[in-house]
Amino acid sequence: MAQVSVRKIVKAYEGNVQAVKGIDLEIADHEFVVLVGPSGCGKSTTLRMIAGLEEITSGEIAIGGTVVNDIPPRDRDIAMVFQNYALYPHMSVYENMAFGLTLRKFPKDEIARRVNNAARILDIEPLLERKPKALSGGQRQRVAMGRAIVRDPKVFLFDEPLSNLDAKLRVQMRTEIKKVHQTVRTTTVYVTHDQVEAMTLADRVVVMNHGIIEQVGPPQELYHHPKTRFVAGFIGSPAMNFFPARVENASGALRVLLPNDIVLPVPAERTARYQGAVGREVLFGIRPEHLTEVKNLDRDNISVFEVTPEVIEPMGMETLVHFWMQGAEICARIDPTTPAEPGRPMQLAADLNHMHLIDAESGRVL
Amino acid sequence: MADGNLVMQGGSARPQGGTLARLARKRSTLAFLMTVPLLAVIGGLVAYPFFYALYLSMLNKRMTRFIGLENYTFLLSRETFQSVIWQSVLFAVGAVIAKALIGFILAHVLHELPSKGQRKWRGMLLVPWVIPPAVSTLAWWWLFDPSYSAINWAVATIGIPPVAWLGEPSWARFSVILVNVWYGAPFFMIMYLAALKSVPDQLYEAAAIDGATGWQKLRHVTVPMMRNIISITVLFSLIVTFANFDIVRILTNGGPQDKTHIFGTYAFQVGIQSGDLPLGASVSLFMFPILAIFAVFVLRGVTRRSKEMAG
Amino acid sequence: MSTTAATESTAPLPMYHAAGSIKRERRWALIGAYVALAVFVIFFMFPPFHMLITSLKSSAEIADLNGNPWIVSAPTLQNYRELLTEGNYVIHFRNSIIVTLTVVAITMVISTLAAFALARMRFWGSAALATGVFLTYLVPETLLFIPLFQIIGGLGLYNNLGAMILIYPTLTVPFCTWIMIGYFSSIPKELDEAALIDGANHLQMLWKIFIPVALPGILAATIFAFTVSWAQFLYPMAFLVSSDQMVLTVGIVSDLIRGDTFQWGKIMAGALMAAAPPLLVYAFLMDYYIAGLTAGATKG
Repeated sequence: MAQVSVRKIVKAYEGNVQAVKGIDLEIADHEFVVLVGPSGCGKSTTLRMIAGLEEITSGEIAIGGTVVNDIPPRDRDIAMVFQNYALYPHMSVYENMAFGLTLRKFPKDEIARRVNNAARILDIEPLLERKPKALSGGQRQRVAMGRAIVRDPKVFLFDEPLSNLDAKLRVQMRTEIKKVHQTVRTTTVYVTHDQVEAMTLADRVVVMNHGIIEQVGPPQELYHHPKTRFVAGFIGSPAMNFFPARVENASGALRVLLPNDIVLPVPAERTARYQGAVGREVLFGIRPEHLTEVKNLDRDNISVFEVTPEVIEPMGMETLVHFWMQGAEICARIDPTTPAEPGRPMQLAADLNHMHLIDAESGRVL
Repeated sequence: MADGNLVMQGGSARPQGGTLARLARKRSTLAFLMTVPLLAVIGGLVAYPFFYALYLSMLNKRMTRFIGLENYTFLLSRETFQSVIWQSVLFAVGAVIAKALIGFILAHVLHELPSKGQRKWRGMLLVPWVIPPAVSTLAWWWLFDPSYSAINWAVATIGIPPVAWLGEPSWARFSVILVNVWYGAPFFMIMYLAALKSVPDQLYEAAAIDGATGWQKLRHVTVPMMRNIISITVLFSLIVTFANFDIVRILTNGGPQDKTHIFGTYAFQVGIQSGDLPLGASVSLFMFPILAIFAVFVLRGVTRRSKEMAG
Repeated sequence: MSTTAATESTAPLPMYHAAGSIKRERRWALIGAYVALAVFVIFFMFPPFHMLITSLKSSAEIADLNGNPWIVSAPTLQNYRELLTEGNYVIHFRNSIIVTLTVVAITMVISTLAAFALARMRFWGSAALATGVFLTYLVPETLLFIPLFQIIGGLGLYNNLGAMILIYPTLTVPFCTWIMIGYFSSIPKELDEAALIDGANHLQMLWKIFIPVALPGILAATIFAFTVSWAQFLYPMAFLVSSDQMVLTVGIVSDLIRGDTFQWGKIMAGALMAAAPPLLVYAFLMDYYIAGLTAGATKG
């Protein structure tokens, strides 16, 4: 049993700077949880408090039901993978992986069994006698994971483990980490600033910003139902488009007024939900993939308007169209076969079934 | 560094209030214990002797009476000591300038060489620094011998009359400086070479594209990039040269007519050989103000440099 | 340099020389460099060379004013043989070895422990202490030998080899600690954290991680301590008087110069053998030697 409970933890540095402002988080056994957010959001500090590398200013952390606030890292039964791998440069791969077990006075044959097993899982058996210097970045990353696996700990902690790898390797190692987790099923807390990594790996994603949790949930939920403006803008690439807007009541039906005199009708089933926003300053949010070339006009809640593209970015399977609206850069995703040219006005369709309205003042999604 | 909060260390794992604080205390106690031998060396054999020297310098010769600053005023009034001050400055400044120039030239010349041959040449050029000066100065002493001087023999082959290297005051002053330069120039060379290697090649390439000539590259790229190392090395060498003992002691023992004495050798003669410890202590303490000033500047340079390296 | 050449070929501006001259200019620069090097190598190497020549001569050949001092006509090992079989030279050599090895060992223990504590386990006053260590390194022995003379006398260690073992660490410990702080600080923080999670305590961290990882630095510091101890002259000069207690640096002169008789052949042979250990260390470990030398200023 290795659930992790984080209760009201606060991390304050000298001068009363709070890096983590009282967060709560329950992580279930076998779960893979990713903490994601921009740098300085407190995600790494949270992870390091779980590891015992940072003192907890207030609050409580429990691993497997035991409060660990006062337990040193070595007795918390955790393993950690660092961004720069932190392999001991003077030890071979085997010794690196065996080090934690040697210090814990495991018998030699047990150590050998565990190291070989981990090496098999990670496919690094031929490298066991090498020194870290003689390994590629991806191989070092595997060794760092191996060092965690052999310990068979209650919790795996990953601190931006893929940031030092090049783009291609990062994708490959991402799959690898997921595969390993499916094999060993150890409770995992994973920190990254890369939302794609968070979405692809996590059972549940924890989005953090300025030391607080913005939203916790499965990747799809975060994507489709963000609760705050920050989450809406942070998850998804290219990011969601935001327009300053106002909601108007036009004889029972709601309308959203955008800049450039664009008026969009709110889908009827959302009338009740947005009733309270009438007359208030809001942000209208829509993802680029819901801003497309005009097609399937027979569906409900599609609105067509005209824009003048400024930059066209062909991506292969899709084309990104960028234009400006009242100082805000807007991105639309169109089919690559649709003709588009910078400077030539074109029609775009907004799928209002996927619109979001955000309270401008509180940043909550309505 | 600042976030290095490895607070939870050592001790057992009891989830109990106050454990953490105890662990932290235990950790700094351990850290303190690890530095105790260092503190003992610095405190007992450097700081304490220094203050003891201050006290000693204010006693009379037989160390029976406190006489205040009399030793200092007595020394200042003596012509011999005035010449010691003058000679110490001349020795240190002259030798350091020569060492810095030779070291700079050699470092540049070495840097220009293909890296294959560089190692070999560097190896040979560093030899004077490796031989203990007390030993190599014996070789110089023999080279300067009044009747058997091998240098005089060599210059005689091109018709130059023999030189009384250590017998004539101004030649003797030149000789002690020469030997110090011989011994210390390699140090400058190796420091400058390390600094030169740390200047990124792109800077020179950028300067070349901007149209800089070799001389301009030296003035506008190399020297500014090395300025800190140059000043650290010069100041450090000033301290060491100023406080030199070995070379003068062996070559001339201060002679002829006390003209080559520097603080170190004069303090030795007065304090140990003539047995006037308080007066000897005053002689060495005269070095202190100037050394302290240099030391502060070296420290400033080193701190600044480590900041540069970190940034 | 390739850039210079490229600029030359693409932009034949009047301020540049005609194409092709770069190569010639470079060749001349290189020749000039070699000439300068040769001059300085001669200047730097001729005293040890002359030392060697003299050490191979008999007293009669040295005394012959008509001979060429730079060549040896009848080489003999007589001087070396006599040094190693008669007199106290062997005792001085032994004393030097005893003092140096002991001091190196003491130095490395003290400075490794202190550097680890100062680099990684910040505590009250640790930053000030690190600065103090560096300042101590700048205190020359000529400032301290007179009070130390009194202190050593008070401890009853005057004319005792043990006094050297007690005092030499003041010359070696500060610098060694200082450069080891630099080496230890350059070890990534994550390595300690990984070790901490792997279950190491502080002493295990020092012994199993820091010392092996910083081995080049430790070697550089060891070499520094060795050369400083071996070369020290003032303290033995001031505190040792009887020949059986002396170390090499003072022993050679005191035993081989009797009044006005200078046994130059033996002095040079003795000096050369005294210079041999640091030269050997240097020859085999040049990179570490240089690293130690330059670390003080470049490592911070």
